[in-house]
Amino acid sequence: MRSRFQQGLDELKEKLLRMGGLAEQAIDRATEAYRTRDSKFCQMVLTGESAINDAEREIDELALDLLAMQQPMAIDLRFILAVLKINADLERVGDQAVNIAQRVLDLISEPQMELPVDIPRMADGVSTMVQRALESFLDGKAEVAEAVLQMDSIVDRMKDEAFVVLVQKMHDDPSCTRQALDVLLIARALERVADHATNIAEDVIFWVRGADVRHGGAHYRE
Amino acid sequence: MGVGIEVRGLNAWYGKNQSLNGIDMTVPANHVTAVIGPSGCGKSTFVRCLNRMHETIPEARAEGSVKVGEMDVYGGGSDPVEVRRRIGMVFQKPNPFPTMSIFDNVAAGLKLNGFRNRKQLNELVERSLKLAALWDEVKDTLHKKSGASLSGGQQQRLCIARALAVEPEVLLMDEPASALDPISTSKIEELIFQLKQHYTVVIVTHNMQQAARVAELTGFFLMGSLIEYDKTEKIFTTPADKRTEDYVTGRFG
Amino acid sequence: MRWRACWCGASPAELRGRVPNAIAPAAPRPLSLWRRFSDWGATGFAILAAILVLVPLLAIFVYLVIKGVGSINWAFLTQTPKPPGEVGGGMANGIIGTGLILCVASVIGVPLGIGSGIYLAEYGRNRFGDVIRFTADVLNGVPSIVVGITVYSLIVIRQKHFSAFSGGVALGIMMIPTVARATEEMLLMVPMTIREAAYGLGIPRWRTTLSITLRTASAGVITGCMLAFARVAGETAPLLFTAFGNQFWNLKLNQPTAALSLQVFTYAISPYDDWHKQAWAGALILILLIVGAVAAVRIVTARGRLGA
Repeated sequence: MRSRFQQGLDELKEKLLRMGGLAEQAIDRATEAYRTRDSKFCQMVLTGESAINDAEREIDELALDLLAMQQPMAIDLRFILAVLKINADLERVGDQAVNIAQRVLDLISEPQMELPVDIPRMADGVSTMVQRALESFLDGKAEVAEAVLQMDSIVDRMKDEAFVVLVQKMHDDPSCTRQALDVLLIARALERVADHATNIAEDVIFWVRGADVRHGGAHYRE
Repeated sequence: MGVGIEVRGLNAWYGKNQSLNGIDMTVPANHVTAVIGPSGCGKSTFVRCLNRMHETIPEARAEGSVKVGEMDVYGGGSDPVEVRRRIGMVFQKPNPFPTMSIFDNVAAGLKLNGFRNRKQLNELVERSLKLAALWDEVKDTLHKKSGASLSGGQQQRLCIARALAVEPEVLLMDEPASALDPISTSKIEELIFQLKQHYTVVIVTHNMQQAARVAELTGFFLMGSLIEYDKTEKIFTTPADKRTEDYVTGRFG
Repeated sequence: MRWRACWCGASPAELRGRVPNAIAPAAPRPLSLWRRFSDWGATGFAILAAILVLVPLLAIFVYLVIKGVGSINWAFLTQTPKPPGEVGGGMANGIIGTGLILCVASVIGVPLGIGSGIYLAEYGRNRFGDVIRFTADVLNGVPSIVVGITVYSLIVIRQKHFSAFSGGVALGIMMIPTVARATEEMLLMVPMTIREAAYGLGIPRWRTTLSITLRTASAGVITGCMLAFARVAGETAPLLFTAFGNQFWNLKLNQPTAALSLQVFTYAISPYDDWHKQAWAGALILILLIVGAVAAVRIVTARGRLGA
């Protein structure tokens, strides 16, 4: 069997999972920053961004080399395509973590307010989605990826509820508009992360089954 | 214009060993169909059964139904010589007739079947050499140079011209570029792409990238059976059968 | 402990001190004395063997020329033999007679030989073909005088006279095995791919064999024919009972005919000195005729070859 090629594929997988770990970590830290209102977590997220960007570059290069030099076919080709897409999604997850961290920094500088939105619970859900999506990639299990797809609607609903609640709050108490907006933006960032996790799951299904399940349908090649 | 090929229940043997098991395959007209598979899988045997070349080997026989257009290749009154006149074949190693000039090589199929009209012979030879993209390179030395004095890639194109001169409807190619360098190979591939306008082409190849480049349909053979037969893109991106996938990803064979 | 130098010829000491450099390899090690000696020895032996083969051939030829060229004159080439005892005369009728008999022999031997060869190569890869092959090899070894006696009893006795025809038959029979085996070998050397190319064009098998395979093998087949021709051209024993010889001109196939080989034989064992000289001349003419015929065929077939 083509051992050099297999080594390349294994390396690609490892690198991607490590990047996934960094992205997960960034989200967890941003969530912790919100929970504790401690700026040191925010700093960790901000400085950790460059590692994620570097990882993205490395993975793209390695994938390109494998495509050019090894002429992969079928499942190997789908794998590399999936890796390239997941790569982009993970980098955006990192970006969203930075956004959240920046919103938290802003919240820290404002007076503390009680807002009826359970961000930590939403963040846990989102974090689980990212974790499961990466698990499905690690094990190549399409069923786990499908479970992630189910969870997206829950997060969407949480974000819509937060929107309604926060808009009401801003209407009732204009003095907390700034904080409410920050929290709204954090909720939106989390919802985007959930979307990225969904994309990752869809890419895993494409790799494993060859089915394009994006945008709600299941499209197999004719 | 080319015709389609219908294969139903084709079995073939070398002596007691069965080399093809009940092949069913439909090759559409004016398309390039590739046949891939590991060594010994029966792909060459299959193609040779289409024009009854298989039975020229002692103790080899074939049974089943092969219909090329209207012609029933293995039918009761069918004459193998007539079948081979209507189905051309190009072989792996270029095999021009060594004692004949370029002109005589291309005209061989015609002359040796009784064709005598000098003017028409000239026209047909020119047309065949042009179809094979060899005319410009040899038009000045048609009668002076022998077929064997050309380079490998030119010899193979000469063999293609020779096969085309008898105006077949189908062209079978058994690994036509495997003995050639990359530039000659790409010329041949380009040629195959042009040829499909006039002929139906079936090409055996062990080079998957070549199948991917030239063929619209691909059939994967393994141990004498046709495992999967589908559009080339499907075979190489999302094959349905695990064995096909193992082969195209290089995990065996 | 003897150290074995590595394959590239460098000694360990050299290797230790040097960075491997793919662009500048080590200088080639000079061949050992033993290698050079055995190389020269083998070449020398081969050259010696070739010389040893040529020497008898050249010796015969030179001897023939010395002994015979003096007796070759216009009279020798144009006159028939004079009665025994008289000086003069020639072997003109023998020269013509040999030509006549060899023509008959070739007409019989070449087509039958090539035909058999074709059968053996293309259709005879079986038990029956093996029998034919064996028979041909045996026929090849049959003494020429036995062939002569056989043709004598089959043809001469029936016709009640000697003839050039029966002489030709005897020689033709002797040509067949050589031509057949040579044809078979040459046809077998034509690669299967050439035949397949012809089959693929829809050319029937018989046509392929004749127009493609045989044509490709033609050089070798012609050589085989010439070998057979040269061999029978000098045969004497079979002609003793078939053509029998003739003092006079004869161009009819059904009459006894003179032949050079016969006349050389007759003259050589005669008691006449003049006839001995003429025998030498006859032998020389025979050799020259054979060489001439072979050369002529070579020239004619070479002209037909295409340029590269």
